Formats: sequence, structure tokens, C-alpha cells
Amino acid sequence: MSAWLKVCLYLSTAFVLFVLIAPTLVIVPISFTGRESLAFPPVGVSWRWYANFFSNEAWLASLLTSLQVATGAAVLATCAGTAAGLGISRLGRRAGGLLRGLLISPMIIPSIVIAIGVYAVFLDAHLTGTYIGFVLAHAMVAVPFVVIAVSANLAVYDTRLETAASSLGASRWVIFRTVTLPLILPGVLSGFLFAFVASFDEVIISLFISDPHMTTLPVRIFNSMTRDADPTVAAVGTMIFVGTTLVIGIGLYAGMKKK
Amino acid sequence: MTLPIRPNRGANIDITDVTKTYGRFVALRDVSIDIRQGEFMTFLGPSGSGKTTMLNMIAGFTEISGGDIRIGGNSLAGLPAHKRNIGVVFQHYALFPHMTVYKNIAYPLTLRKIPKAERDKQVRAIMQMVKLEDFAHRYPSELSGGQQQRVALARALVFDPPLLLMDEPLGALDKKLRDWLQLEIRRIHRVLGTTFVYVTHDQEEALTLSDRIAVFNNGRIEQIGTGRELYDEPKTLFVGTFIGESSVLRGPLEVIGDASALTICGTKVHCRQRPVTTGDQVILIRPEKIALYGQPADVPAGMNRLTGVVSESLYLGSAVKYDVKLADDTTVIARVGLTQTQYGIGDTVVVAWDPADSRLLPDTALADRSLT
Repeated sequence: MSAWLKVCLYLSTAFVLFVLIAPTLVIVPISFTGRESLAFPPVGVSWRWYANFFSNEAWLASLLTSLQVATGAAVLATCAGTAAGLGISRLGRRAGGLLRGLLISPMIIPSIVIAIGVYAVFLDAHLTGTYIGFVLAHAMVAVPFVVIAVSANLAVYDTRLETAASSLGASRWVIFRTVTLPLILPGVLSGFLFAFVASFDEVIISLFISDPHMTTLPVRIFNSMTRDADPTVAAVGTMIFVGTTLVIGIGLYAGMKKK
Repeated sequence: MTLPIRPNRGANIDITDVTKTYGRFVALRDVSIDIRQGEFMTFLGPSGSGKTTMLNMIAGFTEISGGDIRIGGNSLAGLPAHKRNIGVVFQHYALFPHMTVYKNIAYPLTLRKIPKAERDKQVRAIMQMVKLEDFAHRYPSELSGGQQQRVALARALVFDPPLLLMDEPLGALDKKLRDWLQLEIRRIHRVLGTTFVYVTHDQEEALTLSDRIAVFNNGRIEQIGTGRELYDEPKTLFVGTFIGESSVLRGPLEVIGDASALTICGTKVHCRQRPVTTGDQVILIRPEKIALYGQPADVPAGMNRLTGVVSESLYLGSAVKYDVKLADDTTVIARVGLTQTQYGIGDTVVVAWDPADSRLLPDTALADRSLT
């Protein structure tokens, strides 16, 4: 490859990376702006938007809601997704493939379509603006992440170990607890992390099922943006960005170290 | 530390008319075997003969379609694998990769809620028996195949099962390691007195290890006996050709009193037995029973004799193996000691043997050794 071609390749790669990361990085300086405006570049430096976030009960309530919902949804999605992954691996190719396609469909179907359906049902069931409603809806969106992570682990899992364990005196439940689960744990944990982040990040369905009493953080950001363009959203955005990067980064690092 | 040796506590196993069908396919048909207390029994047969299916039904991995299996008099019917208390060693080791050698071996004891001190004692004792004391804290991936299989053996024996099943446990190992582990398995069997059931397609391995061998073919038992019985007195042509080398002669039968003869290439070949079935019969002779002579006049009186041409000679170190082609294209295999007269390819020779060494058998399917 000629040197000139190499330079072009580096430049185009750098450009793509810049385009991908720039919008995220823009919010970091804005969050420290001295003015009550989202204009870029910011003017002056201050911590006031961070202080504003932590002193405002409505912001804190929505953060707490998001954390609670994400935890509940991730637990539910991890249990269901792991069970589904195990089930798929024991089914035949055709039935397993079909079931897998169905289970990861929430990832492919547009969120807005799901949101309308969920809203229609939840309105009747009085689940809008409830913790259970949020957990159920978010778990559904998060299940595909768990199914994919667990299936990847099960692909290299030797089911003959279960036959051996049964000959040594282990019942099915004991086999799952002592052999299967420890061996697919990396997949289960990374599935849990992705599920947590997927729920924390979810905004479209949450917009539909939020009500004035119960709102998640992303919905609150969206509402704040459309109402008064308060730079607090940039502070929140920066914190979410740092937080999720840390969570996923630590997860990936732990996964890499294990191998 | 002394080993917890409790000799002769193996169980006897009664396998009665066991059948296994998959839809219309019959994998095993009316198999009956009585395995004695503390016996080393080998299921020998080519792949697809049903020997592994039989083992899996004893272990409880495969459901039985008909008949009954009893261990120490108690039927295994309806008992799931994890309640059978039978040790199993697999060809693929099946060690738990997330546990150390120590944890792997302790696993069955942990499940049985054995107190920690007692558990530790038993694990240490069995590790000493399989000579793995120094590997307690290693993971299976850090061990060689032979070491892994010894861990698997220790894990299958540590809970003191009355019966140990082994499914081609040495199949994945190289020849030298296999020979050494065969001796180890024999030694452990002698020390423990547990009943061993061993599955293999390797007839030499079966002869080396077993008290008795059950020869499987096409989902049936061909014969059960000691290695010597199977070699010297095969009851079917399959057993005669599967175990050890042999020459098979075919020709018209003539019954003469208590004896019989086949006419081969115009010559009568005698045998001291009468046929036990109707239909065509063959004569089977072991290669070491055959002597070669240069001239018909040299052959002692009373011996069977046939003339042929040496088509192949193979130096074996302790003997020379000759293939002699008869006029009807049958090949006779002879093993001749190094002190005897030797011949070259193309030489005309007389093959001779004592009629008492002719084994008359019904002409059924031969064992296809290429299937093993």
C-alpha cells in the first residue's frame, strides 16, 4: 500500500471517529457553561448546573426511578433471557432459530411501534406511570441483549458435563447451580450489564408510559429540553455518559481478564 | 496415609433380556449378562454394535425399552442417573473446567454432604491412588490427557460406588500412555474390588484388562467368556475373526462319526467336532497352530495338509507371519517361530496343523475389523 493511500485511510478513519464521538463530547463543555443557554461553544465556567441537578427534587426523583427501573428490568430480563438461551440451545436448529428470532425481535422492531402497543395495553391495565409497568416494558426491550450474550456463551458450553454431573449424584437443579451457571456466568453478567444500560437509556416507550408522578431520567431530560433548554440536561448527559462508559468498560475489562 | 480399602464390596449386576429400540430401529435385542461381584467385565464390539447403548442404560443416561437391570438384586427401573450411585468415566474426560482437580474430585462428596474433614481424607486418599497428589490446585486445562483421565477416574471412584462404568476411557490417548493406564486401571481394580464394566472396540485392550468379555455384534451378544475361552473356543465365526487373527476355510461338509471334514481344493481337512447347526460350516485355525513344510513328505502323519504359495511374509520380531494363498484363492495365515525353516514370497509350501486345532463353526458373517 502506498504511503499516500495510507494517509487517506488514517484521515478518513479519524473523520468517522470524530463524527461518531463529537456529539457526545459537545455536551461535556456545555455542562460547565456560565450562561443559562445550551449554545456551543459555552461562555464562562461553572458547576452550577451540577449543583442545580443535585438540589432539585424532581431531577433526583427521576434518577432514582431510572436506577430502580433499570435494576428491576435487568434482573427480570437476565432471568428470562438466560432461561430462554438455555431453552434455545436444547431445541432443534429450526425451532431454536425461530424462537431466537422472536426473542430478539424487540431489538429490530421500531421502538415507536412497540411503544404504541405497550401504551394501548398499559392504559387499560392501569400500568402507566407505575414501577411495574416500567420494569415490564424495559425488561422486554432488554431481553434480546441477554439472549445474545448467553447464547454466545452456550455455544462453547459442553452439555456432556451435565451427563457427568448426573452420574456423580447431581439433580437437574444442582447441575444448573454448580456446573451450568458458573460456566455461562460471563455471558449472564454481560447480559445483565447491557440490559441495565438498555433500560436506563430507553426513552421512546418511557415517554408514552410516563405520567407526572413517575418519570425516568431520559424522559425528564427530553421534557426539560423541549420546555426551557436548561443546561442542567448537559450536566445530566455528561454524568450518564461517564457512568455508562464506566459500567460497560469495567464489564468488558473483567470479561477480557477472565480469558 | 492408608487407603480406605474394602475389598469385595463390588455389586453383582443382572442384565435380563434388555432391549432398546429407537422407533423401528432395534439397537439392542434381548441382551442378558450376569456380571459377578468385583468382576472386570468388558463389552467388546465394533462401533454400532450396541455396547455403549448398554452402558448408557446401566448408567441411566438412556431409557431402557424392555427387560430389566438389577444391581445387587435391586432393579434400576425408574431410578434417575443421579440416584444410581454408579461411577462413570467418559472418553472425553468431562472434567468441570471451572473447578480445580481437588474440587472436581470432591464434587460427588460435596453433593453427598460428607463432612469436610472426612471429605478431605477421602479426596487425598483417592488422589494418592491415582498418583495426582501434586496436582490438587491445578485446573483441568493445565493437565495432559492422561492426567485428566486419572482425575476423572478418581472423581468416579471417590464416592465408593459399587460399580464403575468406563466408556472407551483410553480412546483419546496415544499408545504408550494407553498401555500404562491399562496397568493402572488393573491395579486400581485389584485394590478396590469394585465391579468394573469397560466398553471398548479394541480386542487387545479387552484381553489385557478383563476377567470376562461380552462380545457385542449388531445389537446382540455373540458370546461371553474369558479371553482364553473366546480365543480358543469361539462359538461364532464373528467372535473367531474379531478376536485375534485366524484363517477361515470353506468347503463341502462330511460328518464322520463324532468328527467331520471339509473338502478344500480336493483335499479333506479334518476336525474333531460335529456341526452343532445345520447349514454351511467353516473351519477356523489360529496362525500359531499352523506349521509350514517345504515337501509333503516332511509333514508328520495325521496332520491336516494343504498346498499353497507364499504371497506375503512379515517379520514381527519374535516370529514371521506368512500369508499362504491356496488354489481356491483362500489365504491361510501362519505364524512361524524364528528357529523354524523360513520361506520366501513365491515359494510353494505345505500348510499343516493338528485336526484338534481345527474349529468347526457355522458359516455366518465375519467380523469386519475395519469397523473397529
